[in-house]
Amino acid sequence: MTPAGFLLGKSRWTLPELIFWAVAIGAYFAFPRRHLLLNEIAVLGLFALSLDLILGYAGIVSLGHAAFFGAGAYTAGLFAKHVMGEPVTGLIVSAGVSAILGFAASFMVLRGTDLTRLMVTLGVALVLYELANHLDWITGGADGMLGVVMKPILGLFAFNFRGSTAYLYSLTVLFLAFLLARRVVHSPFGLSLRAVKENQLRASSVGIAPARRIVAIYTLAAAYAGTAGALLTQTTQFVSLEVLDFTRSADALLVLVIGGAGYLYGGLIGAIVFKLLKDALSIASPAYWLFWMGIFLVILVLVGRDRLMGWPRAAAERIAAYLPGRKR
Amino acid sequence: MLTILFDGVAYGMLLFVLACGLVVTLGLMNFVNLAHGAFAMAGGYVTVVLMTRYGVPFLACLPIAFVATALIGAVLERTLYMRMYDRSHLDQVLFTIGLVFIAVAIVHFLMGSQTQVIRLPSYLLGRFEVFGVGIGVYRLFLIVVCGALALVLQWILASTRFGSQLRAAVDDARVARGLGIRVSRIFALTFAVGSGLAGLGGALGAEIVGLDPTFPLKFMLYFLVVVTVGGTSSMTGPLLAALLLGITDVMGKYLFPAFGAFIIYTVMIAVLMIRPSGLFARVGTR
Amino acid sequence: MLRRHLIAAAAAAALVAGAGVGPALAQAPAKIGLILPMTGPFASTGKQVEAAVKLYIAQNGTEVAGRKIELIVRDDTGAPDVTKRIAQEMVLNDQVQFLAGFGLTPLAFAAAPIATETKTPMIVMAAGTSVITDQSPFITRTSFTLPQVTIGIADWAAQTGGKKAVSLVTDFAPGLDAEKAFKERFVKAGGTVAEELRVPIRNPDFAPFLQRVIDAKPDTLFVFVPSGVGAQFMKQFVERGLDKSGIRLVATGDVTDDDILNSMGDAALGVVSTHHYSAAHNSPENKAFVEGMKKSANIRANFMGVGGWDGMHLIYEALRKTNGSKDGTALVEAMKGMKWTSPRGPVQIDAKTRDIIQNVYVRKVEKVGGELFNVEFSTFEQVPDPVKAAR
Repeated sequence: MTPAGFLLGKSRWTLPELIFWAVAIGAYFAFPRRHLLLNEIAVLGLFALSLDLILGYAGIVSLGHAAFFGAGAYTAGLFAKHVMGEPVTGLIVSAGVSAILGFAASFMVLRGTDLTRLMVTLGVALVLYELANHLDWITGGADGMLGVVMKPILGLFAFNFRGSTAYLYSLTVLFLAFLLARRVVHSPFGLSLRAVKENQLRASSVGIAPARRIVAIYTLAAAYAGTAGALLTQTTQFVSLEVLDFTRSADALLVLVIGGAGYLYGGLIGAIVFKLLKDALSIASPAYWLFWMGIFLVILVLVGRDRLMGWPRAAAERIAAYLPGRKR
Repeated sequence: MLTILFDGVAYGMLLFVLACGLVVTLGLMNFVNLAHGAFAMAGGYVTVVLMTRYGVPFLACLPIAFVATALIGAVLERTLYMRMYDRSHLDQVLFTIGLVFIAVAIVHFLMGSQTQVIRLPSYLLGRFEVFGVGIGVYRLFLIVVCGALALVLQWILASTRFGSQLRAAVDDARVARGLGIRVSRIFALTFAVGSGLAGLGGALGAEIVGLDPTFPLKFMLYFLVVVTVGGTSSMTGPLLAALLLGITDVMGKYLFPAFGAFIIYTVMIAVLMIRPSGLFARVGTR
Repeated sequence: MLRRHLIAAAAAAALVAGAGVGPALAQAPAKIGLILPMTGPFASTGKQVEAAVKLYIAQNGTEVAGRKIELIVRDDTGAPDVTKRIAQEMVLNDQVQFLAGFGLTPLAFAAAPIATETKTPMIVMAAGTSVITDQSPFITRTSFTLPQVTIGIADWAAQTGGKKAVSLVTDFAPGLDAEKAFKERFVKAGGTVAEELRVPIRNPDFAPFLQRVIDAKPDTLFVFVPSGVGAQFMKQFVERGLDKSGIRLVATGDVTDDDILNSMGDAALGVVSTHHYSAAHNSPENKAFVEGMKKSANIRANFMGVGGWDGMHLIYEALRKTNGSKDGTALVEAMKGMKWTSPRGPVQIDAKTRDIIQNVYVRKVEKVGGELFNVEFSTFEQVPDPVKAAR
């Protein structure tokens, strides 16, 4: 098998993937009253996807990814408020700003152990949080930015109250971002990233320069995170300090670990599971849902994600065996 | 000025006691225990309950908090943590975050979400002046206790048989086992002691930094900073790191209050940029 | 990988399906959607408001003007996008007629457009920034605004001989509001503010800031910190001997929050503050309220709780006045100008700004019956929100 053949084989679309996206679109029609929740899931999914790019594929542990999320969120808000309210333009600008920020920050994660990188990324996010708090005449500080009014997307699709446009918009952006990410990780560049993740020393001895690649993927991930933040601002028409908060970064990490890092769908699946579970738990027990969430996480880890999937996996295999034309 | 220096030293000492348990588990056992703050919180709440409901004097509460938290740590280690030693760091993160959530919710349910206030005995209150430097009695007490603890820990690590067994187990567990060292027992004991120290730190710190159910989430950051900057290869590294952070934080806020919030983060980033493995890491260890 | 994707897809489908199930629709009941921070650093606010709301319903019955009152409580975890979504879901899916609660300003800001678009009366029971009521014509407030209670302490400090003050506030929007309101008022009364200290939100140690206070040598120290932090601050204030230094500590009532005042110990004795509510307020309504909270939730009622209580009163009275109307505009009209005697004292809803006009009391922390209370000794009658009044 040639390297090209190997990569082509990996990048073929599989049936479960198609089912996943079909379900995502189908959810729009099946649950007309939950569009805002679906929108939140899409935004969180994109954010987790961006974290997967650096964590799952490049091995960089980051607890400060919200820095880029927040940068994108505030850029989108400021752009809509002071320049123009068209969402797609704002989205591109926010992605650009976050990419620049990511590029600058990427030089800080090149050296050091996992723990160092964790703390440096966290430190950057915290500095940005305090900065946004201080510059409250620009950002609105802890109270949040008022006056973010979004015009129709591309002049055609207006945001409506139910969040229907919002969900389709976020889903489209997520899908396009996902396609790009898929191309990147199934490319020679993506393979070389994984080599760097496995063992930097060995990779560089084979001629793969880790620094350049890490900078590149970090910048891309930052752009994605900024896009997710911009989506949140544009679909909720409000932005406040908590987009830069530590809990945002922690949530993304949690979501990614729940779904599994390193295969791109982990962040999306984790986002669905986490959001739905959190929503259901907090309706059932508004003050103490954290307890049940904790129990869920502990059990998930103890039993093991794979074993937990084992039971539905057996069922799915039975079903799959009956599908026509499936290769064994 | 010197008063502030003194305050910073006291604050740094407190950070050290709170964080040294994490140094032990993270550095020596290579286990990411984000629930460390929850043990500190447990120690603090044990103290509060004992003092307010049963009238136990403060000084007696301190060793009780240590022992109680150590016991909780030992039990959790044998039942849950043990299974996680071989898992990836990410799994450990997920697991310990789950534990933190559970702990926070339980404490919230049992004790309410208000800040808990303890009333120190009168001989620990007040201040006095020495050559123009204001010395708070409680802060002096903190420095003495934490300093003594640091010395004891360093002595245990460096000069006792247990300490050398621990260091051997950390360097290479297999070989240590081959030499007849009961590695799992050592880890269990170390984990228990580390948690106990956290509990003690929580009890000591309740007066200065406050105590409420969100304590583990709020302070996890500071513990991680101490551990990262100090490195995990000895006790002196984190001690110096804690002192450095305590002093720069407090002095920074005093001299430049407008930038108060940024100081600790920028110092940490600066240090880590210059010395990525921490200030005092031995090059070549894990 | 294929299997994993298949399971993932199946799981996703199952979970999304599970999420789509909503509660059954009902027309006649008057549903109230209570959105509060029930977890996180402001959980005590949520607990107080929820307890007060439930107490009001328990004491006043679940039927008003022929309609049954139903309460739905949701935790917004302090995230504005979640607040907005929950508000929208409650209006659309649960058919709530009233949105209430809102523990923090950004949460109220985020939900305001929902109130306007769906014409749902929104009662702010906890948040305290002036401009909240400007965000939607359907917002009324039963809590307070920070400037409203701050000008009182500035006046009192100046009247009782304060000339040089230092302000120390937590560095977030309410703190900055308080700092500004205090400075303007104190300077107008002829004093000077020597230094304005801002303490970071995440701040474990007050030592450096208190040292700066000592250095500045004022006669008055004005403090605003959020409710839980007050205890810590007080302790460190006393630890540094500042209570004996001749510097008067004045504050807004958030620092001597009734919720934890009693556990602060003697360090808090003598602190003068201004606020709109004290659990020690001497009125039959308040005695009943405080006792009720103690019995039902085992907490001492505080200013957040009374906001919840009065918010419910506003809802009940509006329903009565409009004969159980379902029209949001009519209900808000009925709320405008309403006057009643709250456990805190006489209050009214300003017909123009829809904000609350109430007494602001100057109180001192004293020991009453073995417990610490804020004992009122002076009153500023019927204070409107000064920021809006100045327009």
